Amino acid sequence: MILKSKIIIVFASLLLVLTFFFPLWYIDLEAPQYPEGIGLEIWLNKITGQKPNDLDNINGLNHYIGMKEIEPDAIPELKIMPFILIFLILFGLTSGFTGKRVLVYVWITLFVVLAAVGLYDFYMWEYDYGHNLNPNAAIKIPGMVYQPPLIGSKMLLNFNAISMPDISFYILVLVVALAVVALFLDKKSKKENVKHD
Amino acid sequence: MDGGNPMNRKYLKAILIAIAVVSLFVVFHYGCQESQDVTAGDESGRVYVAPGNYDEFYLFTSGGYSGQIGVYGLPSGRLFRVIPVFSQDPEKSWGYSEESKPMFMTSYGFVPWDDSHHPELSQTNGVPDGRWIFINANNTPRVARVDLTTFKTAEIIEIPNSAGNHGSPFITENTEYIVASTRFSVPIPNRDVPISSYKENFKGTLTFIKCADDGAMDIEFQILVPGFNYDLAHSGKGPSHGWAFFTSYNTEQANTLLEVNASQNDKDFIAAVNWKKAEEYLAQGKFKTFNSTYYRNHFDDKTHMATSEKRSDVKVLIPEECPGLIYYLPTPKSPHGVDVDPSGEYIAAGGKLATVIPVHSFSKMLKAIENEEFETSIDGIPVLKYESVMAGEVQNPGLGPLHTEFDGEGYAYTSAFISSEIVKWKIGTWEVVDRIPTYYSIGHLCVPGGDSKQPWGKYVVALNKITKDRYLPTGPELTQSAQLIDISGDKMKLLLDFPTIGEPHYAQSLPADLLMKNSKRIYPIEENENPYSVKSEKNVRVERNGNTVHVYMSTIRTHFAPDNIEGIKVGDVVYFHVTNLEQDWDIPHGFAVKGLNNAELLIMPGSTETIKWQPKFAGVYPFYCTDFCSALHQEMQGYVRVSPQGSNVKLSWHTGK
Repeated sequence: MILKSKIIIVFASLLLVLTFFFPLWYIDLEAPQYPEGIGLEIWLNKITGQKPNDLDNINGLNHYIGMKEIEPDAIPELKIMPFILIFLILFGLTSGFTGKRVLVYVWITLFVVLAAVGLYDFYMWEYDYGHNLNPNAAIKIPGMVYQPPLIGSKMLLNFNAISMPDISFYILVLVVALAVVALFLDKKSKKENVKHD
Repeated sequence: MDGGNPMNRKYLKAILIAIAVVSLFVVFHYGCQESQDVTAGDESGRVYVAPGNYDEFYLFTSGGYSGQIGVYGLPSGRLFRVIPVFSQDPEKSWGYSEESKPMFMTSYGFVPWDDSHHPELSQTNGVPDGRWIFINANNTPRVARVDLTTFKTAEIIEIPNSAGNHGSPFITENTEYIVASTRFSVPIPNRDVPISSYKENFKGTLTFIKCADDGAMDIEFQILVPGFNYDLAHSGKGPSHGWAFFTSYNTEQANTLLEVNASQNDKDFIAAVNWKKAEEYLAQGKFKTFNSTYYRNHFDDKTHMATSEKRSDVKVLIPEECPGLIYYLPTPKSPHGVDVDPSGEYIAAGGKLATVIPVHSFSKMLKAIENEEFETSIDGIPVLKYESVMAGEVQNPGLGPLHTEFDGEGYAYTSAFISSEIVKWKIGTWEVVDRIPTYYSIGHLCVPGGDSKQPWGKYVVALNKITKDRYLPTGPELTQSAQLIDISGDKMKLLLDFPTIGEPHYAQSLPADLLMKNSKRIYPIEENENPYSVKSEKNVRVERNGNTVHVYMSTIRTHFAPDNIEGIKVGDVVYFHVTNLEQDWDIPHGFAVKGLNNAELLIMPGSTETIKWQPKFAGVYPFYCTDFCSALHQEMQGYVRVSPQGSNVKLSWHTGK
């Protein structure tokens, strides 16, 4: 690869470090009684409330419908994801420094596959929380499930649940886009070199 | 008279029609005039705060003989909260919970009620800063400090050697001191003497309470002054910072039928105290130590408990031994309020029996002191010449002028009790420029920031003493009342009547955004240091120690833990220590048990409160949450089984078994 492309790949790899500092996804819960807002943020390695006590308060609300408590420590993915990201960073750096196009292809493929697997996994967790309800719950509405949407919004009783990507997800998209741009620039410059010859 | 004559009938009809037309005209004409004078249609929009919108100002009114503070919004006049201060409040378990009881301790023991008159916002550089509001207890002399992040009373300090703490609490411009004066002179130290020995034995005190950066108060020193009645006070600001001014009446020193005997002298005094000088005398050790007992009670937001400390020994300065400490400014006649204008130069007195409003000049006072322009001297206090200190007299200020507030635009507003009006006059020319009637008999008045260096102006609130026909009647006892008046134009305009709690003596107001941003929503549970708290449901328990039983209980939507308790016996003293585990805004839980000879608990998120219960009879006693907390609030309940004395029912407890 040309130097410019190498630099872009190295830069993109380093950009990934930022994903440790911003949430990947958010779920807002909107209801009349919560004018100040309440919601969750999903990070690489943790799930937090948008405000200091939101997670506990959401768990408190969820107990009425018999939803399991969201306990970040009990979700193994949150322990694995940081390592996957470190691997992606190192892989990216290697591709950048060696300048092998094939590695960049593999890198992009890894992103796409991991994103697909990740979203599927997220969907399955949402499905589990939304469907596997305590049969002794105080509020039982026949046919009602409480699975928040993967992306977009959905009314769950008095709450409008809005699920959307957050900053880290957009960083991932940007990184993939940069990788594609690097490959493109490299190809273009090689073509031009061929012409000149 | 049979009325049968058609001519007579026609004549009568014509007269009746004429009367009807005239009366219609009169009613219509005067009706319209009245509505123009009082409030015209578009004024209602000025006080309308649409649903979901906020008021522009907070207004804190004294609760008068309710002993509390009322919190209102302006311009709507809506009541938001009654802050319990000096009187027990069973709704909030203030003075009933074990944690809050020490707030009511005094050298006379537990005092469950008082009469609160003057709220005073803390200031920095002479401008309200929104940290605290102070208020006085008149009857058993005390000053309270209310924290404006929690709207809860944080501290109450007793003032020794005082009787009738009326002239209080007026702060210096950086809240260095809170000053207080005695309405009643009494023997100091108090002792058994004939009342008729007033002139010989009775004295007044002027008290300076130090306020630390964290708000903690202590009696720094007192000045022993001649036995007059000291009425109100204000501290200097700007150039007059370092001085405090106190009105006095009954310089006749009467001890009976004061309405006549204390109204004889043409002039009484404003006492001007140089407190910077007092600090020098204190540093030089020129004070006497009086062995006086007083209490300082302090509520801690981390332990959620009040502690009561008994203190003694007060430093007392004697004017005769401290030249330059205090001067008397002759002031007509039985002056009530003393108010310092935003510049700090003018000191207006409400001579309640005077025909003018006398205004003293601070700079003239300093010059008169320098030139020793003294009329006489009383117990070592030089009396300055009236003409030497007077800046001007406001003529025709209404009858019974009491208090003055300022708008920061060069105008002053004085309440006139007897003529029931507010009189607006210009500082410097001393001319009355406008007046507006109040309904009825105004006492204090309040302009937002109106006693500070930078008033926000815009409104004046009239705090009235008599209500009569202004509202729907409620028997002999009527609501108390305030009125909102627009002062943004040349002419004052009445905008709104609104009812208030207790008797609103004085009030203070400041822009809402100064407080809103700091208002606390919850107490973080991890910071709860109450020794009887539980941080999680796992720690709830019941412990017996002899016949004392401690129930460590938690609440969270929507259950108590434990909610079934057995093994309590008649004769036990049971303490319910209830921790609200909620960490969500506006989710308090309540607690009440049947037959409790005490108050309910109302526990804010993250705090712990304790109520004492001594069950008298065997049986099963239900308890429940009193604050509608959630969809399953009616399910939030439990039972305590009480067995006869000597029974062997084992102590046990659980939730959800």
